[in-house]
Amino acid sequence: MAKVTVDGIEVEVPNGVSVLQACEAAGKEIPRFCYHERLSVAGNCRMCLVEVEKAPKPIASCAYPVADGMKVFTDSEMVRRARRGVMEFLLINHPLDCPICDQGGECDLQDQAMAYGLDKSRYLEEKRAVKDKYMGPLVKTIMTRCIQCTRCVRFATEVAGVPELGATNRGENMEIGTYVEKALTTELSGNLIDICPVGALTSRPYAFVSRPWELRKTDSIDVLDATGTNIRIDTRAGEVLRILPRTNDDVNEEWMADRGRFSFDGLKRRRLDRPWIKVDGRLRPASWSEALGAVAARLKGLPGERIGAVAGGLADAEAIVALKDLMGALGSRNLECRSDGAAIDASRRDFYTFNTGIAGIEEADALLIIGANPRLEAPVMNARIRKRVVAGGFPVGFIGPRGLDLTYAQDWLGEGGRTLRILAEGGHRFNEVLRAAKRPMLILGRGALTRPDGAAILAAAWKIAAENNMLQADWHGFNLLHQFGGQVAALDLGFVPPADGAAVSPATEALWLLGAEVDPAAIPAGAFVIYQGHHGEAVAARADVILPGAAYTEKDATWVNTEGRVQHGRLAVYPPGEAREDWKIIRAASELLGKRLPYDSLDAVRARLAEANPVFAGRGFAAHGCTDMTGPTGDVGALTEAGFAPAATNYWQAEPISRASDTMAECARVYGAAQVQLAAE
Amino acid sequence: MALSDKDRIFTNLYGLHDWRLPAARRRGQWDGTGALIAKGRDWIIEEVKNSGLRGRGGAGFPTGLKWSFMPKQSDGRPHYLVVNSDESEPGTCKDRDILRHDPHTLIEGCLFAGVAMGAHAGYIYVRGEYYNEHLVLQAAIDEAYDAGLLGPNACGSGWDFDLYVHRGAGAYICGEETALIESLEGKKGMPRLKPPFPAAVGLYGCPSTVNNVETIAVVPTILRRGGAWFAGFGRPKNSGTKIFCIQGHVNKPCNVEEEMSIPLRELIERHAGGVRGGWDNLLAVIPGGSSTPLIPKPVCDDVLMDFDALREHKTGLGTAGVIVMDKSTDLIKAIARLSAFYKHESCGQCTPCREGMGWVKRMMDRMVEGRAEVAEIDVLEQVTRQIEGHTICALADGGVWPVQGLIRHFRPLMEERIAAYKAAKGSPQPTLPMAAE
Repeated sequence: MAKVTVDGIEVEVPNGVSVLQACEAAGKEIPRFCYHERLSVAGNCRMCLVEVEKAPKPIASCAYPVADGMKVFTDSEMVRRARRGVMEFLLINHPLDCPICDQGGECDLQDQAMAYGLDKSRYLEEKRAVKDKYMGPLVKTIMTRCIQCTRCVRFATEVAGVPELGATNRGENMEIGTYVEKALTTELSGNLIDICPVGALTSRPYAFVSRPWELRKTDSIDVLDATGTNIRIDTRAGEVLRILPRTNDDVNEEWMADRGRFSFDGLKRRRLDRPWIKVDGRLRPASWSEALGAVAARLKGLPGERIGAVAGGLADAEAIVALKDLMGALGSRNLECRSDGAAIDASRRDFYTFNTGIAGIEEADALLIIGANPRLEAPVMNARIRKRVVAGGFPVGFIGPRGLDLTYAQDWLGEGGRTLRILAEGGHRFNEVLRAAKRPMLILGRGALTRPDGAAILAAAWKIAAENNMLQADWHGFNLLHQFGGQVAALDLGFVPPADGAAVSPATEALWLLGAEVDPAAIPAGAFVIYQGHHGEAVAARADVILPGAAYTEKDATWVNTEGRVQHGRLAVYPPGEAREDWKIIRAASELLGKRLPYDSLDAVRARLAEANPVFAGRGFAAHGCTDMTGPTGDVGALTEAGFAPAATNYWQAEPISRASDTMAECARVYGAAQVQLAAE
Repeated sequence: MALSDKDRIFTNLYGLHDWRLPAARRRGQWDGTGALIAKGRDWIIEEVKNSGLRGRGGAGFPTGLKWSFMPKQSDGRPHYLVVNSDESEPGTCKDRDILRHDPHTLIEGCLFAGVAMGAHAGYIYVRGEYYNEHLVLQAAIDEAYDAGLLGPNACGSGWDFDLYVHRGAGAYICGEETALIESLEGKKGMPRLKPPFPAAVGLYGCPSTVNNVETIAVVPTILRRGGAWFAGFGRPKNSGTKIFCIQGHVNKPCNVEEEMSIPLRELIERHAGGVRGGWDNLLAVIPGGSSTPLIPKPVCDDVLMDFDALREHKTGLGTAGVIVMDKSTDLIKAIARLSAFYKHESCGQCTPCREGMGWVKRMMDRMVEGRAEVAEIDVLEQVTRQIEGHTICALADGGVWPVQGLIRHFRPLMEERIAAYKAAKGSPQPTLPMAAE
């Protein structure tokens, strides 16, 4: 520890931290542009200059390590003069077009200029103008505003792992760009907008839409992948205008994936905003009482075993528990939440969660990826894996399609089943790596379990974990990577059929789909289909009754991410038209069915949730080890040789919301071609 | 009292003799190298410390001290010697003559320096434009390898030492030691933050020391003749001999090795044939390469050419590139040209340098015409102060010092120019009308 005096305040900080961090510890805010705590230190903006006793010149506090007994002054005449000077330099070539700049109101340069800027310009020469660059459909550039802090360059290179951004030319001709003009090939490009301290990189879909002070900010959770990214939904007049990440070091740090950030325009398109009833083979608009009445009329008196219910990947825990309770009341146990066919064993929680935890990746020292593409399935988690790889001493073995670019080096072990079998038998060279590691982990992709031999794959993965040191009393290295934010909660609530049952069978006469995509061909011809959800896709056309539900931005809901972390999202906007929160729809239906569910408020539903599974009583995620080595049901011997198919083929349009989004359609158009090319190589 | 021939270190500075190994040996190079190395690493550093040698690249940091910063014991990482031969300072051409005419002084010095800092490998970063020089240097290194003077068991000393030549691509900033290291690593030449200093984390993340060509090249002679001999020249703390590059308005521009602390006037008159049109025709001198502030004639009359004497006059010895300007010189235009150079060579990393250099250059351009207000001279001065000392490396400092020197000594000249412009064309208009005003 080093004792440092900042403006007379004595603080004790660990050796090796920067002066800037010491100043923050003392409660002194240091202005900065290039410094970002999650990126390497560049020290080039020179805004964070402070005075240190006995130093002849002001020093860049972001880059200077503390020394014991150091005396720092953050508000001396020397410091103020230095910062004013730097600010003047930053502004001479900055266009000062704040009135038309999307960063206005949340611009670091604007804020700091209030503190250190001069009231008028002494610069009488011509200003510099820089040609704008094309960086893809998400990031808009106005490069004249760039202050060359290189945060974006460092983010792309260090965090996103795509060294495609850089500075060309030198001196005042220095420009940030992609060298060759092309869209950035990263699923994290939206974060460039967040880290850009000025208006050089802004959101293309959000261009000229709103001012930050007009927005109502609601904390919520992103459910478009299973990471459980903490987000802030910015709304105005009942419309989602943008989504930004919130800092949560255990989950997403402060990053966010592009699909979660930019696909919200899909929430306004192709919505189911009123109930529909099928009459004479055609859907017609209906009122709620008509629709629910039709449901009640058809379900009443039907034997429970003839009724099925399927929950989709974006369903919230409240709706799932309500549907489960309703089905129970109707005498049906034909529940299913694995409509993708994944052979998940829901009997024990650690069979289907990401037990290591996302933050736990940083403690691991070896990784085996089985049939997952974390870059596309959970981009933010992939950045965490990359961070661990970059830190060194982290061999990554990969079983799946050859030649995937995960943004870090991986040891490709094989295509699929054959390699998995050898690893499970312990005879693979990578077994040595795993056994030598102290905290090895594996990531099993949910997509890998959708094959006919999915149960065998799950069992084999568990066997690898158990026999390669991954399951310890204080370490759990078995991890299942889900794809959407509603998948774990359904498993936690036991939304699965009994061993001999199935949600959809030839005997099914009524089927309740909670946002679930079921192949219409698999539904018996005469079955009565209730579709409850927010976007009408192929299966909605098959429905006999459509009950318009709320999307994740439109309800107070509980979400469980792939770790098993329980988080709460809040209602940011009301559901459109006559759409309602999902648990309330089910509650209303139960009334008409004469099976009134015993909850009338959100608190009551949540109490019921906690009763159904105690994990819902708490929030967050508790690190845990593994004491019971018994594996999931499944016969390793049934493994087939086949290779794993890429789980996520189209990152940009992986669920109904993004499929309705124009922004994502544009991304799919721009990046889709590139992806096909990559695959062909 | 001038340096006598027997005390010259660079005996083939003018290329009158052969640069190859046999000839170099006849001039006394590579003589007893192995025996000197056998005296040990500490002895070498001690002897260099005793000689009072200060870095010849411009900053004048004591060389022995710099070497002693290298870790005594390797922590497993190799140590590297890096020789800065990216001689790009306008007005400086001393290293070039060492490279092409006396390369073996440098090569032998590299071996000594390598031993002194525990380095088994050395890199000589040669300025890209020095194409022929690099060919000579490479040939000389090959000769040394063939003669067993480099490579495994160099000179029979038991020390393995490899020497590599790397050519730069012509950026001035790559002469800054950390930018040079970046460039050597194959990256864009941009200075690194210090600390950590190269002696802790340098080339490829390993302990490294970057020295100027001349600094390294004088070491063999210092070791052979003793630190005390070298320290006998010049004033205390400014000891030794030094190559001066004298150019500009002199009758006989030349490179010359002279004793430190020689009076400037004697230097110019004895070796460069005097100022064109006589001493009284002198206007000003830039004493140490383009980045040092100029000194006007009254100062030149009796100033001594060493680090401390020049510092007293708010300038510096720098690389000892003496640029002489007689009364025919348009001093403002001359300095404006230097401002254009530094603007062009700024790497663009730090805000003050990137933005400020262009500002200074544009103001200087107007000062040349006189198209400015007198008050703008103060703005210019303030801008240079805002740049100076606020950046990662010293390029910005060196870039604004000439302007500061001009304002310090020739402000009346600038005011005159402005008055003349006003008289001829009226009050200047700002280049752009200010919308807000």
